[in-house]
Amino acid sequence: MNVPEAPFEFFTVAYLTRIGNQSAGNLEELLAGLEQCSDASIFHHTFQTLGSHHFLTEGFSNDFAQWALAEANRDALAEQFAALDIRDYTSIAALRADLCRVLRDFITAFPQFSHQEALDRFYFCESVEETMPFSLTATNLDEFRHGVASISHASFHFHFVTSRLRLQFRTNDFSRWLAASLGLNSLAETINRIDIYTNTLDSARAKMLRLVDRERRKYEHDSNPAQDSAR
Amino acid sequence: MSTIQIPPRIPLDDYSSVIGAGEVAELRTLAKPLAGRSVVMINSTAVGGGVAEILNRLVPLAEELGINIRWEVMTGGEDFFEVTKSFHNALHGAPYHPEQRHFDIFRAYNEKNAKRLPLDAEFMIIHDPQPSGLISYRGGNGNHWVWRCHIDLSHPHPAVWKFLENYVPHYDAAIFSSPEFAKQLPIPQYLFHPAIDPLSEKNRDIPPEFILDVLARYGIDHLRPILTQISRFDRLKDPVGVIRAYRIVRRYFDCQLVLAGGGASDDPEGATVLKEAQNAAEGDPDIKLLELPQWAPLEVNALQRASTIVIQKSLREGFGLTVSEALWKRKPVVASAVGGIPTQIIHKHTGLLAHSVEGTAYQIRFLLSHPDIAGRLGERGHQHVKENFLITQNLKRYLTLFLKLGKSS
Repeated sequence: MNVPEAPFEFFTVAYLTRIGNQSAGNLEELLAGLEQCSDASIFHHTFQTLGSHHFLTEGFSNDFAQWALAEANRDALAEQFAALDIRDYTSIAALRADLCRVLRDFITAFPQFSHQEALDRFYFCESVEETMPFSLTATNLDEFRHGVASISHASFHFHFVTSRLRLQFRTNDFSRWLAASLGLNSLAETINRIDIYTNTLDSARAKMLRLVDRERRKYEHDSNPAQDSAR
Repeated sequence: MSTIQIPPRIPLDDYSSVIGAGEVAELRTLAKPLAGRSVVMINSTAVGGGVAEILNRLVPLAEELGINIRWEVMTGGEDFFEVTKSFHNALHGAPYHPEQRHFDIFRAYNEKNAKRLPLDAEFMIIHDPQPSGLISYRGGNGNHWVWRCHIDLSHPHPAVWKFLENYVPHYDAAIFSSPEFAKQLPIPQYLFHPAIDPLSEKNRDIPPEFILDVLARYGIDHLRPILTQISRFDRLKDPVGVIRAYRIVRRYFDCQLVLAGGGASDDPEGATVLKEAQNAAEGDPDIKLLELPQWAPLEVNALQRASTIVIQKSLREGFGLTVSEALWKRKPVVASAVGGIPTQIIHKHTGLLAHSVEGTAYQIRFLLSHPDIAGRLGERGHQHVKENFLITQNLKRYLTLFLKLGKSS
């Protein structure tokens, strides 16, 4: 394991939800909203909502999918929206383009539904982010484990999920530091594969901690093999 | 004017057992830059109602985090509260005949209170329409004024909203409980969910013997399914609609209905609505209409915990925190898709939504037939409340707002 040049700094994050001026009562209006709303709005209804609904591990993916299902009664569209995996995106522009494409394709295939009124309107909101250091840093795997175990859900989501947009890579803050600073590429990759759609934030964190513990045991063994074989 | 004496505080660290130590540490981190800075919350009542209940818990927690926070209640005569009650109903869409006299009374009491209330805190949070006129007396110290509107403004009476528009745009921001309630305003509008306190008497764990005791006291059979709606006796809560839904369910299930709440003894309209519910019940011994004194938090807690299904069949609703209370107790909830309820009940994930008496009855029958699904909805509902509708989340939102506003000055 390498000695890191820079420690891992844990941040905490809090969001205000700002209510926008746009809303949609049918699919055509939803498309117009998707095309025109701010990046902070796309972020809110995809990345942020997954964090605040992380405990729903069966069929909840983003607000657009939920609205298409529950309010517009369009199961097939909901499925298409839900299939967009935010881990595939490192920019909001690319995510917005795919959301619009999915909706446009649906409207083209089923024009009869495009003006059908939904039970309730979709209200576009934005996330307003406030971040600050958590007064917690890690310079080795033990400290890293302690930090991951101690932070809030929001902080975990910030480092594990939304970090893609900051890093512009298909990875997360944890994996990036483990690979770049400690040289633990395999651990970094395995952590990056933890599925945030089928795990809650708690179970994703528990999986990550188990992987880190396994790595720590490996290093304990490597640094003191005699002790291990003497057992 | 009176500064409210806050009830005994619950230390913030006690919440670690509910939300986790990381969440509490996060609150402390966010509050650090706000230590010693002043906040004044102003509303119109110290007891009763959801706003007072939230402030009772929020203020001591903010104080513990080092914020110099005060809660003030505006005063007014009967004439003022009659006017603001009609405003309240009109803003919820009820019929109203505006009279100039009403607006004059509103303005006069706001002026009177402005002379007595401290309006110079760095962050002034004004709750609901009653004290909204205080913004006219904003000083020149550059402090931040936020209007926190707890009521459903989606279909307001035009004359009352037009009157409030004299004030609201002069705030620095407005907060609503649902995006549906927001208006076209030139100021930023934020979404804050109201919240419950998991450690309050109404929500904390209670011994099963106490629950059985409460059921026995009210003649409720714990061996048969219990359907419960907790709410004021108010037409907007549609108690008669609940009884009609229960009658449909009764054709299929031997169950009981409990309608419990306050508001009948000190509110003439409440007494009328209770009478209407009694007439609709037609002496059915399995319908219990309970008028609880001062909301009797432990009794409400026991009734919710004893329930097989909790109903909230409101016709209009601000947020409907009784839904979160029930979900916190892992109860399956069937509720109307109005106001802030769909935020709490994500249909088929954390409960079931309905749009009519028949729909409500159908969803109840479905859950009585599928207790496994009911259990799953209740469990996910509990998680939803834990993540989004606890007082600690509400506190976090206020801290974030203060940090944002503080940066903008």
